[in-house]
Amino acid sequence: MNHSQSRPAYLAHHFSDPAQQRDASKLGMWIFIMTEILLFGGLFLAYTVFRTLNPDMFYNAHKHLDLTLGTVNTIVLITSSVTMALAIRSTQVGKKKQTLIFLFSTLALAAVFLVIKYFEYSHKIHLGQLPGRFYTYTGIEGTNPHIFFSIYFTMTGLHAVHIIGGMVVITLMVVRTFKNHFSAEYYTPIELTGLYWHLVDLIWIYLFPLLYLVG
Amino acid sequence: MNTIPEINYLNHPKGIKSWLLTLDHKRIGVLYLVSILTAFLLGGIFAVMIRLELLTPGRDIMGPQTYNQIFTLHGAIMIFLFIIPGIPVALGNVVLPLMLGAKDVAFPRLNLASWYIYIVGALVALYAIFSGSVDTGWTFYTPYSTETGGAVVAMTLAVFILGFSSIFTGVNFVVTIHKLRAPGMTWFKMPLFIWSIYATAIIQIMATPVLGITLILLALERIVGIGIFDPAMGGDPVLFQHFFWFYSHPAVYIMILPAMGVISELIPVFSHKKIFGYRAIAYSSFGIAFISFLVWGHHMFISGQSQLASMIFSFLTFLVAIPSGVKVFNWTATLYKGSIWLQTPMLYAFSFLFLFTIGGLTGLFLGTLATDVHLTDTYFVVAHFHYVMMGGTVMAFLGGLHYWWPKMFGRMYSIKWSRIGTALIFLGFNVTFLTQFVLGTKGMPRRYYTYLDQYRPLNFYSSVGSWILALGFIITAIYLIHSLRKGKPAGNNPWGGLTLEWTTTSPPPTENFQTPPVLTHGPYDYDTADVKPTI
Amino acid sequence: MDTTGTLIMPPAGSTIASEVDWLFYLILYISIFFFVLVVGAATYFFIKYRRRGEIAPTSQVDHNIKLEIVWTVIPLAIVIILFFLGFSLYMRMNIAPKDALEVKVTAQRWLWTFDYPTGINSVNELVVPAGKPIKLLMSSNDVIHSFFVPDFRVKMDVLPNRYTSVWFNAPYPGQHNIQCSEYCGKGHSEMLGIVKVVSDREYTEWLESAAGPGEGIDLESYGEQLFTSKRCVTCHTVDGSLNVGPSFLHLFGENVYLQGGSQVRADENYLRESILAPEAKVVDGFEPVMPTYQGLLKPRDIDALIAYIKSLGQEQGEQQ
Ligand code: HEA
Ligand code: HEA
Ligand code: HEC
Ligand code: CUA
Ligand SMILES: [Cu+2]
Repeated sequence: MNHSQSRPAYLAHHFSDPAQQRDASKLGMWIFIMTEILLFGGLFLAYTVFRTLNPDMFYNAHKHLDLTLGTVNTIVLITSSVTMALAIRSTQVGKKKQTLIFLFSTLALAAVFLVIKYFEYSHKIHLGQLPGRFYTYTGIEGTNPHIFFSIYFTMTGLHAVHIIGGMVVITLMVVRTFKNHFSAEYYTPIELTGLYWHLVDLIWIYLFPLLYLVG
Repeated sequence: MNTIPEINYLNHPKGIKSWLLTLDHKRIGVLYLVSILTAFLLGGIFAVMIRLELLTPGRDIMGPQTYNQIFTLHGAIMIFLFIIPGIPVALGNVVLPLMLGAKDVAFPRLNLASWYIYIVGALVALYAIFSGSVDTGWTFYTPYSTETGGAVVAMTLAVFILGFSSIFTGVNFVVTIHKLRAPGMTWFKMPLFIWSIYATAIIQIMATPVLGITLILLALERIVGIGIFDPAMGGDPVLFQHFFWFYSHPAVYIMILPAMGVISELIPVFSHKKIFGYRAIAYSSFGIAFISFLVWGHHMFISGQSQLASMIFSFLTFLVAIPSGVKVFNWTATLYKGSIWLQTPMLYAFSFLFLFTIGGLTGLFLGTLATDVHLTDTYFVVAHFHYVMMGGTVMAFLGGLHYWWPKMFGRMYSIKWSRIGTALIFLGFNVTFLTQFVLGTKGMPRRYYTYLDQYRPLNFYSSVGSWILALGFIITAIYLIHSLRKGKPAGNNPWGGLTLEWTTTSPPPTENFQTPPVLTHGPYDYDTADVKPTI
Repeated sequence: MDTTGTLIMPPAGSTIASEVDWLFYLILYISIFFFVLVVGAATYFFIKYRRRGEIAPTSQVDHNIKLEIVWTVIPLAIVIILFFLGFSLYMRMNIAPKDALEVKVTAQRWLWTFDYPTGINSVNELVVPAGKPIKLLMSSNDVIHSFFVPDFRVKMDVLPNRYTSVWFNAPYPGQHNIQCSEYCGKGHSEMLGIVKVVSDREYTEWLESAAGPGEGIDLESYGEQLFTSKRCVTCHTVDGSLNVGPSFLHLFGENVYLQGGSQVRADENYLRESILAPEAKVVDGFEPVMPTYQGLLKPRDIDALIAYIKSLGQEQGEQQ
């Protein structure tokens, strides 16, 4: 086999064939996703500790989250996961225009999610349902309700940072699709972006019941 | 006569830019080597200052506030900037792809990125040092760390950034090991150094994110007062300790596993013998990695955690000692009826065996509940962890550095001076820290700026020891730097090693191998393969 | 029982100490055994099989299942035994006898306060009767500290949000050091104290004298006593040198510069306020770390301390 002639441009010099390169990238991404889950794992642990300590307070406090907005956001994110998956599919079959449409819809849905989150946040800020030291609200019974909001803001805040990160990467994918970097043979970056986006979605699927549906 | 190949990774391409933008794993390894040695030097200077201050009770060279900052910086720099990246990023980066017979690591760009992230982290740490410094101890315990002045947030940010560097390196190595092995290199034909790096990477990947989130929470606690760790707001300071040690206990095995890997390379080469119990050594790395996640509470026996928790943690702590013991016994057995060559790397391997055994066995005193009550937070613990970290990891690091030095730079250092350096380091180390075991059992608490008069003599000896130690390191630094230009060309395989890195030139070309290597024998098959040392 | 200590252990001052030492030495001997086994063998091999010139033919045995099982199982058995010994002793160290005398301990930067059931208190000096179990119920006013008496082999963290406890029984009269062993800042290494183990009679006497203190001596010398016994000496000096807090030399009547730029004359009322509510007026250049002595000093004690500080200022007046 003669490497130098059959090597496509996207194949890095230290890999022997595209399959090896693709496998390597995917494995790397999966491992990275594991670290992300562990990152949130720490917060889930803090959540568990304080919920066990003050079950009543958690119950009372969670009623102050807006269930409707939370549900809408869950649906928005799930839909964005679907459009992301469709974007990958379209690249695999080499349909550039479709890919772009789906990528843009994913971006739009992500934006909707953030806007809704913005309204939720500003409502809480207005009421003084803020983390820790800044908590001024008085309408929740139980010990230390500020801790619930500390945890709520930290968890959803970190998640929002991930959404924003994801949007940056998706935008990058839009640019690269425009420039015809991808083809039916080579689409690993888009695939990896998809994996990451599903992760962000998945984390929300856990956050939603834990925060909005305490019972 | 041996010569240096005309074109090698060090001199081709030329120029600062070609180094700063390099994707070559060997060059990145060299960049890392320089970086972590700088950190070590800095941490070492702080260490010598600690010992100067403790020469006598009361003020010697600084006040209590400064002292607290100095030991914090000493600990934090040694841990986060030197020993955790340590062997994997410097030695691992250079030799791991070579040992696998690969052209590079799986993600060269990510590799370079981790070095830059490391540098950014280091710069933020420097910023923290100069903008008010930190006096929390490397453990950042709350509520002290949320109340005290200084640049605690900047320091946590630095450690957070360094964590990313660590994770990326881990991801890179795991993928490289999975996907880029030379044809014929099955899992059980991999050198043991690779096995240990693999186990290390797993811990890095799984534990570091938890440190990340802990630091985020700590920073939030300081900035906005979220109250999770603050007792005044219904939070729990002990929870912070759980979070912290959940990372930092596995982290001690991030430090020691690569060191054990290095020792597993040195002993067979310099005994010219098959390693004893290859599989046992490989599996025990994973045994250690796995159990290491379950023992963190042994740092908290008197913290107020429940007695049941203490009991479980004590038990699991003992279990983690067994796989380490297995390795120690296997190395010793490898020496039996070998043909032992007393070259500097082997002297370091011997120092490791000697010092790590002491360090590990003193861990048993700490794992035992009743004795830990007396010994915890005393100099006994300080001595324990210097014996495992300095006596274990740093000795192995120096052994590995002396072993691969001719491969990395193509030249030999002075054998005579390296023996003197090794002897001084070994001697100085024992004088410094053997005394500290007794200080601890006699009850001297750690992190003490001054101490009761009864501890005076032992502290004095310990300080004298640190000067011998420093002298040893200065000699080492001088002959190594000297060898870079003036050393004799080393040849491709000076020690007679069987792993793949010895089949290419010293220093290797950018692409590592002239022709892609094909495996013909296992890494330690000294019975069948025919190799001889060439120096 | 041994009261001088061994080569590497401090004197055994409590009933539990000798048991801890016994376990300590057991582990030490086991460790020495394994150390000699491993390092002794390695040293022997290093010498015996040293390479002299050419590579000698070497044995290529690369495993031996029996041997490997032996060196896994024996250490495992040993550590399981150690675990049980350590755990059972630990439980005994933790469960205080029911009839123990209870003393409340408060830790704060950087001193210890001991409150006795009879309502009296002492600073940095714990006086206990010999041969009786004593239980300390501990909490902290600020950060985490740790109560450590090496001679008793007891140590326990003292936390801000909950109570922890230790107990001990010191059979013989004598003195033992208390050292704070959880890092708590600038004064951590000077957060020291003393346990005075005394006979029953002395203990009762002490309780009485502590209840009606300083009678029969003049205020100034009583204040000088308090300066040490209430641990002002940890942070203040009387010779003009600076410590954690300002020196008392020539303090009385001086103008003191406060944080924020204002000034105040150091008269009796200022001194009184400084002792009872130290954070009200903080001296420029110092951190507000002085604990309040509210509740720890009786009116007469405060008078005495002020008289003592005054005497330090007057000396200078005489010299001039
Ligand atoms: C390289 C790092 C490293 C390594 C490898 C270890 C290894 C071990 N450590 Fe250590 N440890 C630290 C770094 C490390 N430690 C640090 C940094 C701290 C303090 C942090 C701080 O507070 O600042 C610490 C603190 C620490 C504590 C808490 C002390 C306290 O604060 O109260 C404990 C308690 O259990 C402990 C136990 C052990 C044990 C049982 C091992 C075992 O893994 C050791 C196993 C090895 C052997 C046992 C020797 C070889 C075996 C044989 C020769 C066979 C015969 C053996 C038997 C009979 C079992 N360590
Ligand atoms: C890798 C980890 C590491 C290493 C190597 C060291 C090395 C040393 N340490 Fe330290 N130490 C820690 C990690 C480490 N330490 C940690 C984590 C703590 C706890 C901090 C805390 O409580 O928060 C601590 C605490 C600590 C204390 C206790 C402070 C206290 O509790 O009050 C003391 C006291 O003696 C001490 C001393 C020393 C000494 C004398 C060395 C010597 O071995 C240093 C010798 C090194 C040199 C003298 C540098 C010379 C280097 C060169 C000249 C360049 C070399 C170049 C080449 C080789 C090419 N250390
Ligand atoms: C933990 C340390 C500490 C202890 C113990 C302590 N002080 Fe102070 N003290 C300080 C510090 C720091 C200041 C300066 C800051 C301030 O004014 O609060 C101070 C200020 C003072 C002042 C005002 C001094 C001036 O120059 O204006 C007086 C008076 C004083 N202390 C008396 C006492 C007495 C009496 C005791 C013991 C009964 C005592 N202190 C114990 C730390 C301490
Ligand atoms: Cu109180 Cu250290
Ligand atoms: Cu540990």
